[in-house]
Amino acid sequence: MTSIGKVSESSKVKKYSAFMDFFRRLIKEKPLGTFGAIVVIILLICSVFANVIAPYSPVESNLKDKLEGPSIDHWLGTDNLGRDMLSRIIYGGRVSLYVGLGASLVNVLVATLLGLLSGYLGGWFDVLVQRFVDVALSIPPLVILITLVGVLGAGLVQLILIMGINGGIQWARVVRSGVMAIRSNVYMDAAQAIGSDTWHMIVRHVFPNIMPMMVIIFSTSIAGNIMAEAGLSFLGLGLPPPTPTWGGMLSAEGRRFMYEAWWLAIFPGLVLTIVIYGVNMWGDAVRDLLDPRLRGGVGRYSGALKRERVKQKTS
Amino acid sequence: MGNYIIRRILLLIPTFLLLTILVFMLIRLMPGSVIELMVMQHSHEQAGQQQIDVEAIRRMVGLDKPILTQYWEWLSGLIRGDMGKSLWTQKNVTTDVIARLPVTFELGILAFIIAQIIAFPIGILSAIRQDSIGDYFARSFAILAVAIPSFWLATMVMVFPSIWWGWSPPERYIPITENLGLNLQQFLIPATILGFGMAGLTVRMLRTTMLDVLRQDYVRTAWAKGLRERVVLVRHVLKNAAIPVVTIISGQIGVVIGGAVIMEQIFNIPGMGRLFVDAIQTRDYPYITGMNAFFSTVGLITILLTDLSYAWLDPRIRYK
Repeated sequence: MTSIGKVSESSKVKKYSAFMDFFRRLIKEKPLGTFGAIVVIILLICSVFANVIAPYSPVESNLKDKLEGPSIDHWLGTDNLGRDMLSRIIYGGRVSLYVGLGASLVNVLVATLLGLLSGYLGGWFDVLVQRFVDVALSIPPLVILITLVGVLGAGLVQLILIMGINGGIQWARVVRSGVMAIRSNVYMDAAQAIGSDTWHMIVRHVFPNIMPMMVIIFSTSIAGNIMAEAGLSFLGLGLPPPTPTWGGMLSAEGRRFMYEAWWLAIFPGLVLTIVIYGVNMWGDAVRDLLDPRLRGGVGRYSGALKRERVKQKTS
Repeated sequence: MGNYIIRRILLLIPTFLLLTILVFMLIRLMPGSVIELMVMQHSHEQAGQQQIDVEAIRRMVGLDKPILTQYWEWLSGLIRGDMGKSLWTQKNVTTDVIARLPVTFELGILAFIIAQIIAFPIGILSAIRQDSIGDYFARSFAILAVAIPSFWLATMVMVFPSIWWGWSPPERYIPITENLGLNLQQFLIPATILGFGMAGLTVRMLRTTMLDVLRQDYVRTAWAKGLRERVVLVRHVLKNAAIPVVTIISGQIGVVIGGAVIMEQIFNIPGMGRLFVDAIQTRDYPYITGMNAFFSTVGLITILLTDLSYAWLDPRIRYK
């Protein structure tokens, strides 16, 4: 008992230690991951405050200034309708961010729900869910996305749900194997022996142990979701114009003018590449810092989590 | 092994049935149904001279029957290799799809081969010369290849050579039967772009797993008994590092198909991808369901072959 008292005392000194620990290690050990985090933060700020930051309207055409090269007035030039490219890219980031974060969040929710239930309950439910996972894994990602967007239409909500649920079903297998590994631990037998019911076991014992996995799934899916949205928009199946999207700016309609206006071809793709690169680095860093198999020696993060939990219990 | 293969193949049957149900039912949920599109087109053509009979159109394209009957007719046709007729042109969907198949197949195979030709030397070198300059370049290459969207790269290949040198990729599709050289020349650029994108992931996976295996005791033993580097690498390291790499590579079959859809659009290649996107836009159900079923059958077979290759690579899986 004394050791628990000691731990809770030390964690009182460092408040939010689990979070702080994570970010300290990110900056100290993962320079590329830190760069990724900065890219994500810039994207976040630009998207949320797009109406303040963007110098022009992203949709209003101004034919007088059409197809102007980069200049002081229009840093990244203008498109065939005279719209400022910089403003369109900033607003386009909004769509990428919403879809990237939203779909990844749905990924995690669906994967956790399905993986938890099918991994923990097993039986016919597991068999059924696994067949759905097989189906979701067998259809090429872009093909199923194109089909579903065709079926449900291309709104922001539809895109988030389509990518979120489809990806979530695929991730469910990862969560499931994690849950099955946790289930075979001795403390699960102990919990069962003292008469815990299923609900209690899932919420108090399994769920906290798959939390790191959920964070990893979230951060590694963001890049893929942003890329998928851009691909759909590029094919003309994403959000309909005039809503600016990075993929849509590169699509067939814009390509006709690129031969005379190179800046139309460069900038949307360059920004997309930097964002994908940053988000990937961020996701890799999160995985390296949280995945116990990649972490050398004693788990520092789970140690911090445990301290946090003990603190909650004792306070 | 025989037993294992049979069990795996039998497991495919319920998955395939579930897949056909999902694909078929989902398409029927399309809000802007094909009937509405047809009514719109008819009213354009006839400019309101004549009352449009929605029910007649429905009957004509066979959407008036109960949905279960439709599903059963479609499924039994599919199993016999008949995907039905186009709702718009009455063309036979199967022959249309089969006619386009070699084009997409050629693009996909080329991209796949190019990806492995790029990935394996770079991945292996980067692992066995860890932390050298070569390794540094290999890792930067891999990160870039993953981050650059293939459609952006393709757009730049279309635009910039044309601006600088007045050169652009051929606009007209040249069938392989007409001129093999020109055909390959046409496919090489999109296939390289696709292959480049896929190679990135493989390089990263190959490097990590090889580094893992290189530190194993049996590899040190192999060195210690004086085996040549090539033998150590191929027989001891590569074979043991293969499973995660095979997983990544097999997952790329789906990426190739999706990538082909995009490349066919950009480079004006009349393959299955173009057909598919067109069918989505005209809501031509038999094309959409048929091609979805086709693509996912390819996916299911890929998953099966991957699992079998695991069993071949790792005897522990076989005997479990």
